[in-house]
Amino acid sequence: MNMQSEHLANASNYLTYKGKHRGLLGWILSTDHKRIGLLYLYSILTMFSVGVLLGLAMKLELLAPGKTIMEAQTYNSTFTVHGVIMIFMVVIPGLPAVFGNFLMPIMIGAKDVAFPKLNLLSWWLYVAGVFLVLGALFFGNGAPDTGWTFYAPYSFKTGTNLLPAVFGAFVLGFSSILTGLNFLVTIHRMRCPGLKWTKLPLFVWTLYGTAWIQLLATPVVGITLVLIALERIFGVGVFDPALGGDPILYQHLFWIYSHPAVYIMILPAMGAVSEIIPTFSQKQVFGYKAIIASTMAIAFVGYLVWGHHMFTAGMSGTAQYYFSLLTFIVAIPSAIKVFNWISTMYKGSINVQTPLYWAASFIFVFMVGGLSGLVLGSLATDVHVHDTAFVVAHFHYIVFGGTGFAFMAAIHYWFPKIFGRMYDKGWANAGWLIFFIGFLALYTPMFYLGMMGMPRRYYDYMKEFHGGNILSTFGSWVLATGLIIIIINLVRSAQKGVPAEANPWNGKTLEWTVSSPPSLENFDETPVIAENDGPYNYK
Amino acid sequence: MENTLHQEHEHYDAEASKIGMWLFIFTELLLFGGLFIVYSVYRFLNPEAFHLAAEELNTTIGAINTVILLVSSMTIAMSTSTLQMRKKGATLFLLGVTVVLGLVFLVNKYFEWGAKFEHGIWPGSEHLKTAFSQGEILFFGLYYVMTGLHALHIIIGLIIIFFAIHRVNRGTVNENRAALLENAGLYWHLVDLIWIFLFPLFYLIH
Amino acid sequence: MSNEKHHIVPFKVYILVLIALLALTFASIGIVSIELGKYTVAAALIFATIKSFLVLTYFMHLKYDKPYIKAMVGFVFAIFFVVIIITFLDYLYRA
Repeated sequence: MNMQSEHLANASNYLTYKGKHRGLLGWILSTDHKRIGLLYLYSILTMFSVGVLLGLAMKLELLAPGKTIMEAQTYNSTFTVHGVIMIFMVVIPGLPAVFGNFLMPIMIGAKDVAFPKLNLLSWWLYVAGVFLVLGALFFGNGAPDTGWTFYAPYSFKTGTNLLPAVFGAFVLGFSSILTGLNFLVTIHRMRCPGLKWTKLPLFVWTLYGTAWIQLLATPVVGITLVLIALERIFGVGVFDPALGGDPILYQHLFWIYSHPAVYIMILPAMGAVSEIIPTFSQKQVFGYKAIIASTMAIAFVGYLVWGHHMFTAGMSGTAQYYFSLLTFIVAIPSAIKVFNWISTMYKGSINVQTPLYWAASFIFVFMVGGLSGLVLGSLATDVHVHDTAFVVAHFHYIVFGGTGFAFMAAIHYWFPKIFGRMYDKGWANAGWLIFFIGFLALYTPMFYLGMMGMPRRYYDYMKEFHGGNILSTFGSWVLATGLIIIIINLVRSAQKGVPAEANPWNGKTLEWTVSSPPSLENFDETPVIAENDGPYNYK
Repeated sequence: MENTLHQEHEHYDAEASKIGMWLFIFTELLLFGGLFIVYSVYRFLNPEAFHLAAEELNTTIGAINTVILLVSSMTIAMSTSTLQMRKKGATLFLLGVTVVLGLVFLVNKYFEWGAKFEHGIWPGSEHLKTAFSQGEILFFGLYYVMTGLHALHIIIGLIIIFFAIHRVNRGTVNENRAALLENAGLYWHLVDLIWIFLFPLFYLIH
Repeated sequence: MSNEKHHIVPFKVYILVLIALLALTFASIGIVSIELGKYTVAAALIFATIKSFLVLTYFMHLKYDKPYIKAMVGFVFAIFFVVIIITFLDYLYRA
């Protein structure tokens, strides 16, 4: 390629492209789905770092019984803000906002999403929501101390600064809804010729199911947050027992969203893993239709199980039995996927790379988290471990382990495509190993501590829990070390890594047919999918 | 080459816009749906109190408002037909009628609420907390929140219709590019739909 | 397809639908003055449901739209009803 055409090729990739706006404005006012995906990546990574620091602070407090570095009130605010950040600003936007935005249009052969300006608005709403929540920390009577779940009646009685936090969460919800809306219309209307639904990559299918949940579940928490705000301002009474309200009704409304929300977190994670495993097994995915069916089943049945967060709240026995039964049922499609992934690897030509390390360890931690969910889903055992460290272990295994590990797998898998460079594999693998060891040390003791009776959301604990907590806090430092290695490696590699080819992993989905990094409009010509073509057509 | 690359793709896909509006409508349905869940639970738990409290509401004004919205739904639906028939004047007229009806609805609401305020009934008022039972307090709380949120959506709908009027007038919304008007109509029908359920639940409890 | 030939709904259809809606409205006002006890709310809601079906089908054009849009609408209502029914599994059976 001569100098001039090379220059032209470089000039038209999405990173270097110069449009109507220059510099920073060219990014924060860009409607290009790829730039928006990166904007989300940087903002989410920033908020994740804040959340990690809060988590480390909590673990430091729990290093010893009694007060270690903070008072109880501070601890309450710390776990509240940690939860609000991690849930609403990291894992819910997470994979869809970063990888969905960047890759989904390319994977379906499109130039962008259906509504690019709406897409940019989604990001701006995310930023606005972040500032509103952070504002809650620095004004008024201090950071909220209700837990990220904002349970009534305390959430309308607490003197802490709840309104900005609740309003911020509402705005973040709007961002999520608009992303879901955009993705649904994009997948329905903008697939390239020949790309039938039955040829869609699994990541796109999971984004589709996730988008429905974002669209239909988020408004319910939206109105619930509005009701909390109205309760605080006007004293309407809907959740106030003194005025005839039922606090359990708050919990119903809250979890009607927040349970489907966990499927927003995990479905795209499973989708990313479903891309990575066939690629690094160089083999057709096992049970493509079964994975689609189980994805849709999880998305739907996930709406029906919310009460398993409320077994000890005071619901009727009938409701308890019903929710427990449905919870066991929803576990089935998730388990099916694990069989699909393992079967895909069986007799495959395994390419041992960083994304596969993350994907394989994802399967392990997801299973542990999922199995511990059965302990929680079973009424008799739940009574014993509800509101203990056991629950904390369960959801960190499944959310941090699930969504988190999948995010790491995804960023390493698609890194060459996004940045046009390869990361340093030695450091990446070292980072993975240290992170994984730290993760296990941090969360495994909590299962035991919870079974032995250590409550959650307390800054103090009885002396017999000291040993487990020391191991756990130590694990948090090891995990943080791994995290630092991983992030520094990725940042440096994005700037100075070896330039990457279009298809370093021999993947079969459409993103691997375009240059690394992609040009502004992704494709020179709209791809056409032939009858016998498919996303996992390995020989 | 560079210039053509960064042209905004003004590719008009009416069906995409329609799906987009329907999806947005779904979010609104579930937003109000949450409130309907709250209403149904508390009505189930406090049947007599809800009956008692509902007597403070004026069924006639509620019925008039229902008729107003139903007629306005018809007029905006008709405007999508006249746009297809290239009758710009008729389209603008029908949209104007829709707006006027929407404003009358809001005026009625203003007087309704005003009357309640004069009786000392508003969320968190002393009179409400002392003179009424818990079920009645809940009824009025829900009344204000649900009709208030609905009125807010009427205002949003009117703003969207204003946009449509402006664009129809300019000619940028026409029989070949009708999506904005049709989707404005969908949004207005949603507002009507919500009221179709609010009316019996608040005004027809006897 | 962005250039679909648009089906133009005649005024007559809209007027008939409005008449039906008004009739149902007055019928629902009438029916609640009859003593039906705990079925009063069900009666009023049945009329409201029929009215909403008319608005959805004719005013909102579902009758003339592609089937998948109708499927989506049905699905959303179904989810809502399922959620409300499950919530009542709690309230109906509390001690």
